[in-house]
Amino acid sequence: MEFSELIRTGRAQAELLRGPEAPPLRGTLCVTSHHLLLSPGTEASPDLWLLLLRSVDSIEKRVAGDSGTITLRCKDLRVLQLDIEGVEATLDIARSIEGLRLGDAWHFHPPERYYQRVARETNAWRLSEVNEDFSLCPSYPRALIVPRSVDDHALARSAGFRQGGRFPVLSYHHAPNGTALLRSSQPLTGPQKRRCAEDEELLRAVLVGARPGARGFIIDTRSAQAAKQARMTGGGTEAKAAYPGWKRLHRPLERGRPLQESFVRLVEACGDLEQSMDRWLSRLEGCRWLEHVKEALSTACLAAQGMEREGACILVHGAEGTDSTLLVTSLAQLILDPLSRTMDGFQELVEREWIQAGHPFQLRCAHSAFSHARPKHEAPTFLLFLDCVWQLGRQFPLSLEFGEGLLLALFEHAYASPFGSFLCNSEKERGLCEVRTRTHSLWSGLNQPKEQRKLRNPLYALNPLAIWPSVEPQSLRLWQGLFLRWTRPPEPSETAWEKVWQIVTDSEKTEGSA
Amino acid sequence: MEHIRTTKILHHHIASVEKLALTTSGCPLVIQCKNFRIVHFIVPRERDCHDIYNSLLQLSKQAKYEDLYAFSYNPKQNDSERLQGWQLIDLAEEYKRMGVPNSNWQLSDANREYKICETYPRELYVPRIASKPIIVGSSKFRSKGRFPVLSYYHQDKEAAICRCSQPLSGFSARCLEDEHLLQAISKANPVNRYMYVMDTRPKLNAMANRAAGKGYENEDNYSNIRFQFVGIENIHVMRSSLQKLLEVNGTKGLSVNDFYSGLESSGWLRHIKAVMDAAIFLAKAIMVENASVLVHCSDGWDRTSQVCSLGSLLLDSYYRTVKGFMVLIEKDWIAFGHKFSERCGHLDGDPKEVSPVFTQFLECVWHLTEQFPQAFEFNEAFLLQIHEHIHSCQFGNFLGNCQKEREELKLKEKTYSLWPFLLDDLKKYLNPIYNSQSQRFTVLEPSTVSFNFKFWRNMYHQFDRTLHPRQSVFNIIMNMNEQNKQLEKDIKELESKIKQCKNKQTDDILTKELLHSIHPESPTLKSSLCFKEQTLLPVNDALRTIEGSNPTDNRYSDYAEEFSKAEPAVVSLEYGVARMTC
Repeated sequence: MEFSELIRTGRAQAELLRGPEAPPLRGTLCVTSHHLLLSPGTEASPDLWLLLLRSVDSIEKRVAGDSGTITLRCKDLRVLQLDIEGVEATLDIARSIEGLRLGDAWHFHPPERYYQRVARETNAWRLSEVNEDFSLCPSYPRALIVPRSVDDHALARSAGFRQGGRFPVLSYHHAPNGTALLRSSQPLTGPQKRRCAEDEELLRAVLVGARPGARGFIIDTRSAQAAKQARMTGGGTEAKAAYPGWKRLHRPLERGRPLQESFVRLVEACGDLEQSMDRWLSRLEGCRWLEHVKEALSTACLAAQGMEREGACILVHGAEGTDSTLLVTSLAQLILDPLSRTMDGFQELVEREWIQAGHPFQLRCAHSAFSHARPKHEAPTFLLFLDCVWQLGRQFPLSLEFGEGLLLALFEHAYASPFGSFLCNSEKERGLCEVRTRTHSLWSGLNQPKEQRKLRNPLYALNPLAIWPSVEPQSLRLWQGLFLRWTRPPEPSETAWEKVWQIVTDSEKTEGSA
Repeated sequence: MEHIRTTKILHHHIASVEKLALTTSGCPLVIQCKNFRIVHFIVPRERDCHDIYNSLLQLSKQAKYEDLYAFSYNPKQNDSERLQGWQLIDLAEEYKRMGVPNSNWQLSDANREYKICETYPRELYVPRIASKPIIVGSSKFRSKGRFPVLSYYHQDKEAAICRCSQPLSGFSARCLEDEHLLQAISKANPVNRYMYVMDTRPKLNAMANRAAGKGYENEDNYSNIRFQFVGIENIHVMRSSLQKLLEVNGTKGLSVNDFYSGLESSGWLRHIKAVMDAAIFLAKAIMVENASVLVHCSDGWDRTSQVCSLGSLLLDSYYRTVKGFMVLIEKDWIAFGHKFSERCGHLDGDPKEVSPVFTQFLECVWHLTEQFPQAFEFNEAFLLQIHEHIHSCQFGNFLGNCQKEREELKLKEKTYSLWPFLLDDLKKYLNPIYNSQSQRFTVLEPSTVSFNFKFWRNMYHQFDRTLHPRQSVFNIIMNMNEQNKQLEKDIKELESKIKQCKNKQTDDILTKELLHSIHPESPTLKSSLCFKEQTLLPVNDALRTIEGSNPTDNRYSDYAEEFSKAEPAVVSLEYGVARMTC
């Protein structure tokens, strides 16, 4: 459902009363996605009158005869009255305003919104709707951010050369030095070492767009050997000669079944209250979960370091580009981008880099750690991401606006949720299932004021620097709040947290009164 | 000048000095410290390195107490201030607080001249019905004369924690006086007739001791005792366990798996859990069964000190305050003769006597602070600072191995006590979320499920700044708390002034003035704190300050070799000449 669908009526004739002091305005009333717009007739002042719909606090409608009145009370305490011709028109406009003023969290974080930010930072990128009907890539959203100099035709060719059509797209633009983080799936080089001129051109355009002479690194989340083997099944990796300026690095990250097994074994170990210290430590080691955390964080740091310190562009992909790839790109953004560490920014990151980017939640999170069902597509990649974020939060306890509560909530909702956000495997499927019209968005649920205390970090203060975590084993911890959530007494730590909240609120209060 | 960072290392903190093979840039010298700092120097000339090496070896191992830092440390206090410092902790006062002497317990003068037991303090509390001959007889039947005496008295339960050393029972020896004394202890508890005897050693060790004429109590010979082994390993096992732990942690490029398998094979956390389990057993015997408990190990100054002090800490919230914790250390560790000088290797002596027994106690307390974040008045920095000073030899408290030796050294005249110096810096050591009121924290019941024991990074890596969180929650909460208090005070003051003014009916002008006199340092907390990296630990030590975190600090360069500009491998952490202080 698009915003425009909420607009019931195109336009109507109306008179606007703005209180006793200002003269009434007559003209054509229009409701757009974000604004109420009154365009006075040409003979009057040519200026448009605009009202941001989100500033409407309450709305009241009355109909009498063949006209109606809508009273808008605004958040800035203004009271406005609209006299509208036509009963139907009045009701339609009232409904539209009602529907739009609340904002629809389903439209809170589309790639378009991120593009607005990128466009303010640079003009090297454009928003392409080449995937409008999902025909190019079923797992990508409709709109994608791509190099400005590459046309849709070239994109289509590149998509044909990448598994699942996942051609390289912008994941994050690092404004401080103009470098870019991209993600894709593996190129379909196959045993014949096929090439694709448009794909090569696309990556070349990325470097040109960043800075003349910029270099790039392709971080392949498979081992060099696995990447080579993939050629036998039609996949493969970028040939050095075909992509001048780009250098390939291999950082094997565990995914799929081994990752699921690691998760299962960790949860098993955490459920045993009687085991000896030695047994526990050996199981903790044996399940290798923290090893995966370390590898994921290190690879994200590598990507972030490449951008921030080497001034290089980074392309991340594995095979399908829907799991480890997203893990790396989303973590790298958290490390580099202070905005992604805010409450809104992080939700946007999850929406953009996981949900819209086509992480197959339905397949990956069908079963959790206790299921006896033979795992087929399950893998806790998203949980691994949350764990890594938790580790970042532990090492930089003042730099994330959200707390452990939000991470726990996301974990819960990814596996089972009354909201629709994590349903299906891609935007395409969500469209077919009418998720947006038939369910509610998780974000509107989470952003209720009453939830905030659980989800927010009371000590947050904007940290404009990159946050480089330590990935030494001594610095990584088991996420007790998640894995031991039901086995340890939560009470002392919860009351301690409550106390911290109290100190912070006291602090705000006393500051206010002094 | 301000750009030159000096690293100061006390000679007494040096645990080992090692000269490595010559490299192209010079001769590497590695210094390991007792506070777990490891420093690498590269000395350009080998001869210099050799000289430094030899001097350090000599300087770090003193032969006489009089050469230790405490005897030359001068904080510019006069004698009365010094004495006041020593009087800060008064154990007689502490026994009074516990409620002894009383109708069942009395102060014994048997050891007033250290005649019965050299390693006990002069003042000892024993059951009122235990006569002097019984005490003397019992002391002859106990290793090093350390007969059963009161360590802690639980006023509500009227139950006692007593401590002693192992009996000289061999395979069959008995001692009527000793049996009488134990009976007297159980009789001193009006509620419960039986008492526990906890042998904190593994059963096998205790049995082996029988061959040497020592051993453990035979339940048949003592009426009403319940005997229990709890299996804490001896000082040698603990020493090598820590050694292994440090070796694992010192490995460069340590993988997660190697870390955990090393943690497991070192056995360190297993030992910590054993100590904690013993303390919990002790606390439960008193709280649940109302029974008195007698604790011993071999000599009764290592494991016994651990278990008695930790047990008391679980039972009595007073020991969880700053002052109470000092009292606890003075009582169960210093006064009862934990051999600090030998265990910490203050003097050049038998390396086999060195053992991290007290460090384990501090770690157990740290684990409790992790499980009960609001139950302790002090914070982690307090524990670390105490650990720093058991090795620093800067203060007199931990010098010597027993009270008698300390008196002979005239420590109270020649050295200073640590405690007043800690209290001077109290703010650094306070836990901002301490809740002294909560009923739930009167008796702590920690969980000892294995996964509650974590590696104490802030102790064993306290100087490895790259491993720590880059921001400290502690500081910020502490500051907020401070500010809240200040602002609340200001508000009250202003309100009362306004009231006064109103009474005088000269409100208009004065209120305006008042409004300007608002505390000038109006908080800009958030803005001022966010742009710089935070100090990890509240200890105001430049060396522990986390500097701007950057990727090379974190050695991602290991991962980023491929980056052509990757920096050359850094061999040494610190260049330059060490400035030694003593």
